[in-house]
Amino acid sequence: MKPAPFAYVRAESVPDATAALRRFGDEGKILAGGQSLLPLMNFRLARPAALIDIGGLRELSGLRSHDRQVSVGALTRHLDLARCGLAGPLGTMLRASAAYVGHLPIRTRGTFGGSVAHADPAAEWCMLTTLLDGSVTAVSASGERRIAAADFFDTVFTTALEPDELLTEVTLPLLDGTYRVAVAEFARRAGDFAVVAVMVACRVQDGMVGEARVCLGGVAGRPVRSPAAEAVLTGQPASGGTFTAAADAAAAASSPPADIHGSAEYRRDLVRVLLRRALERMGP
Amino acid sequence: MSIAPLNLLLNVNGEPVTVSVEPRKSLADTLREDCRLTGTHLGCEHGVCGACTVLLDGEPVRSCLMLAAQAQGHSVRTVEGLAAEDGTLHPLQQAFWENHGLQCGFCTPGFLMLAAGLLESAGPLTAEMIDDALSSNLCRCTGYENISKAVHAAAKVLRQ
Amino acid sequence: MLRVEDLPLLTGAGRFAADIHLDREAHMRVVRCQVPHGLVRGIDVSGAKAVPGVLAVWSAADIDLGPIEFRQAAFAELLPYRQPVLAGSRVRYVGEPVAIVVAEDAYAAEDAAEGVQLDVAALEPVIDPRAAPARFDEDHGTEALSFVNGYGDVAAAFAAACHVVELTVRVGRHTGVPLECRGALADYRRSTGTLDFYGAAKVPHYNRAALAAMLGMAPHLVVLREGHVGGGFGVRGELYPEDVLACWASRELGRPVKWIEDRQEHLVAANHSRDQVHHIRAAAAADGFVTAIDDEFWLDQGAYVRTHAATVPTLTAAMLPGPYQVPAYRVRAHVRLTNKTPAGTYRAPGRYEGTFARERVMDAVAAKVGAGPLELRRRNFITAGQMPFARPLTALGTELEYDSGDYALLVAKAEERFGLAALERDLAARRAAGEAVGMGSAFFVEKSGLGPYEGVRVGVDTAGHVEVITGAGSMGQGFDTMITQVCAHELGVPAAAIRVRHEATDEIDHALGAFASRLTVMAGSATLLAARALRDKAVQAAARMLEADPGDLEYAEGGVQVRGEPAARVAIGAIAAALRPDQAARWGLAPSLAADGWYTSDHMCYPYGLHVAVVRVDRGTGQVTAERLLVAYDIGRAVNPMMVEGQLVGGAAQGLGGALLEEFSYDADGQPQCTTFMDYLLPTRAEVPPVDVLITTDAPSPRNPLGVKGAGEGGTTAMGAAIAAAVDAAAGAPGGVLELPVRAEAVLALLRPAGQRSTSPSGGI
Repeated sequence: MKPAPFAYVRAESVPDATAALRRFGDEGKILAGGQSLLPLMNFRLARPAALIDIGGLRELSGLRSHDRQVSVGALTRHLDLARCGLAGPLGTMLRASAAYVGHLPIRTRGTFGGSVAHADPAAEWCMLTTLLDGSVTAVSASGERRIAAADFFDTVFTTALEPDELLTEVTLPLLDGTYRVAVAEFARRAGDFAVVAVMVACRVQDGMVGEARVCLGGVAGRPVRSPAAEAVLTGQPASGGTFTAAADAAAAASSPPADIHGSAEYRRDLVRVLLRRALERMGP
Repeated sequence: MSIAPLNLLLNVNGEPVTVSVEPRKSLADTLREDCRLTGTHLGCEHGVCGACTVLLDGEPVRSCLMLAAQAQGHSVRTVEGLAAEDGTLHPLQQAFWENHGLQCGFCTPGFLMLAAGLLESAGPLTAEMIDDALSSNLCRCTGYENISKAVHAAAKVLRQ
Repeated sequence: MLRVEDLPLLTGAGRFAADIHLDREAHMRVVRCQVPHGLVRGIDVSGAKAVPGVLAVWSAADIDLGPIEFRQAAFAELLPYRQPVLAGSRVRYVGEPVAIVVAEDAYAAEDAAEGVQLDVAALEPVIDPRAAPARFDEDHGTEALSFVNGYGDVAAAFAAACHVVELTVRVGRHTGVPLECRGALADYRRSTGTLDFYGAAKVPHYNRAALAAMLGMAPHLVVLREGHVGGGFGVRGELYPEDVLACWASRELGRPVKWIEDRQEHLVAANHSRDQVHHIRAAAAADGFVTAIDDEFWLDQGAYVRTHAATVPTLTAAMLPGPYQVPAYRVRAHVRLTNKTPAGTYRAPGRYEGTFARERVMDAVAAKVGAGPLELRRRNFITAGQMPFARPLTALGTELEYDSGDYALLVAKAEERFGLAALERDLAARRAAGEAVGMGSAFFVEKSGLGPYEGVRVGVDTAGHVEVITGAGSMGQGFDTMITQVCAHELGVPAAAIRVRHEATDEIDHALGAFASRLTVMAGSATLLAARALRDKAVQAAARMLEADPGDLEYAEGGVQVRGEPAARVAIGAIAAALRPDQAARWGLAPSLAADGWYTSDHMCYPYGLHVAVVRVDRGTGQVTAERLLVAYDIGRAVNPMMVEGQLVGGAAQGLGGALLEEFSYDADGQPQCTTFMDYLLPTRAEVPPVDVLITTDAPSPRNPLGVKGAGEGGTTAMGAAIAAAVDAAAGAPGGVLELPVRAEAVLALLRPAGQRSTSPSGGI
């Protein structure tokens, strides 16, 4: 399972990378950690004519806090996020989600930006970006733009990134101390891609749910919010009855796909069970 | 298309090595063929089985999911670099032997390097973290029991 | 004793097939069909030939070789279904070889293989082995074989039965999946007319003969060489099309040709296994004594019949009654071809499947009569007093006669050692507290020590070091260590002074090889015989050297001494030196201190065991987690208990894999769905719980001088049945699990009260 031939370009800077992307058009792909891209290339399902290696661009790595937001550099490794010291609910969520990403050696190489650009519908960072209405910064030789999460993920492995754009960072809101967060996944084995995954972030004050955010992964071609569940939660007591109703609503509103790892009906069951558990478990 | 080979300077087991390889050649294949270090094995070539695990700057990575080009400027350590110069076995190798931690031996280099990365890392390491990390690699012969025993035994030696 | 094999494997000095390099080696890549069934209209290799570095591209029209013959259980009816080395006018499964490309390197070979265009007129694929048989070709249908076997009056037993239980159960399609993919390096040399084949495993001598026959070469010109082998489990080492093609290509090119399979290929090209549906009925008396079993089963053989021919169905049929009396038995077997990867043997072949069907039925009988599961087994066991116990059946050419065994004793020991009663109480308490946990057990008889022969040559050098040469080999189970131990014990020589070699077929004339858990029995016994013959010769030679009467001498601790006079002694190294040809001739002895040992046997020996599984089910997701696995196994005698335990634990992990995770699925169009490790799920450390092992030696085999039985398969056999029973208990659904692998979705259905719709709200926490 060797990949098809390609040219290799080692980018020395972001402009270097975007110039190369423009030069190669549709035929160029960014190589970050390679943990998602290289398997696809080994299967020969992906056959770019050129790989532009951004692995040396240290400036794209790390977390940057600014005006109540955190920007995650594209080259930040999953392992860095598993170990990050960011305080508050966002830090909790980053560390908890990172623990679900593959296995240790994958987390050592794979990157946040690579995962978001790859756009697997159950990938943790794609879900988190959707959950928190994050924004993706895309840079090309022509300039820079911000793409809102709701506009970024299209369908499986497909995003709004143009062929000549490089994802440099994803910006997420810093959640204040009133937020409660949780992630719950079902996979057939530890470390596998989730069959269904759920993320929640709810503002809870005096036992009442204020803003409610629910994201489902593995039920559609991209991570999706559950307006049905969010509507049930908003303004209601943060209690078992509400959580059950929200879980039922999310399940009823889902039309998941079927494959050898689960039927549509089973995935709906998983939505209900996982969302209920995430809501029960959510904390700062 | 005809693509020019890359001339790379790698650092493998503490030694500089120059190789000339196609850009698409994996680190695993480069180690096995160009460096003549066949201890690193290929079991799946899609990053699931871990038989290809080596240490990159001291951390375990899947060498089938790395291009040789990506290893330039980093240090690579393979199973051939575990034992001492005089042949004295690394505590992990000794522990695998004493605990019957291998049968066919095909997954063994990958597990040894995974464990070496874990046990030689800075920072805290609990028994749970070890067992969690061991689920990164596949073995089809042992049922993992003795691999776990071996790694825990070596941990006592390496991390007193 | 620690294993003698380990040092090279620990230090990266292994020599697996892919590690071996020969000057000027070329690389072969197999072009595989992507359509499950069709008629070949044409094959265009021009695109492939144009790729730089390509040396040759060949398809069936270029190659004049016959199909692959059967190695074992060769029923004549199966001959039409042998696999050609390359598809000719018809393709029959996704993954079937249709052409080969040979290039200067593996990357170029893979590039070129993509350039081969296969034009196929698609035909409807056969997916369901239980559907009415279809056409295999003009002259033959897809029911390749059906047979009936049995004994006793089954009809009368059912007519008189107090209870009748009837089940349809299925074991899914899964297989060995060793971590090393298949590979070979074929080196035909024009200058000598010889063929060296590196990467042999399992049955090198047989394969040498088969390859020589297929290539029209004299057998002595073909040498198969075994290096390190990354697991076999029944799957590796059989003669496959790719092995033959690599040899043929090497001869055509006059260069070594290396073929190393990748994982995607392996999962569609190496033997699949299991995949049986059983419709099984049992007649029982009021107390649950089973008076008859009537079983009909369908085996999904895939697209062709490979070297194993009828091995799996005959073993399934013969071993299904297992440890129970079963006074009357009838089994009807159907081997059905489908457009899937061909099937062969996999660890405990026929027994994993048959044990599942039988133990599910025993559990159903137990439930019917209100007996505990183990109590019901006890009421049905063959007793120690009945040994040897003959069943009027044959398997693999040998009559089925259990040599020794005390099944009830093993259960009693397991109950005590594992604390099963306390465990059950603990689980009941946890269930009362709301957890869905349960325990299940299953008993089985295994077979091992298949003959009819195996041999070794033991020789001593002038330094007193011992070399054992054999044609039996290893795929990781510790064969060398076992032989070393037997030899050390018999010759009184330290293990460090013994070297075991099984490197080439030209070093010993005859060998059968490593399969069917036979080697400790067969090669171990051969080693014992050879060592004793060597000791006898040592005494004869020493008599000349010490000028004593042989009757006054005794062999001890690596030398021969005058009885009662330890100072009058010669070491075996000195004896070896003395047996140079001229001196030996004067003494009327053959040169060298060496001896052959050939052990022959026409009966197998039968180890047995109990598997117990403890599982926890997630009420919300249906996910099954195995908390503990217990294996109790009587092995007769254990040469190396550490290695026996290793085999049992490894086998248990594979049994668990087949019960909970592993399955080859095909869609309605015949496309395989599990072609990577993301879809074919092998258990990791997280899925395999601690495995407790109890090895007993209460029933040595009277059939071989070591008294041993084999351990290779006994960790796997009943694990599917035990886990199924445990899931039943955890879900509160007796007899609920009828199919392996157990799917979380199916468990959710078991957890719901009957009649409740699956989309009802709040169905689980």
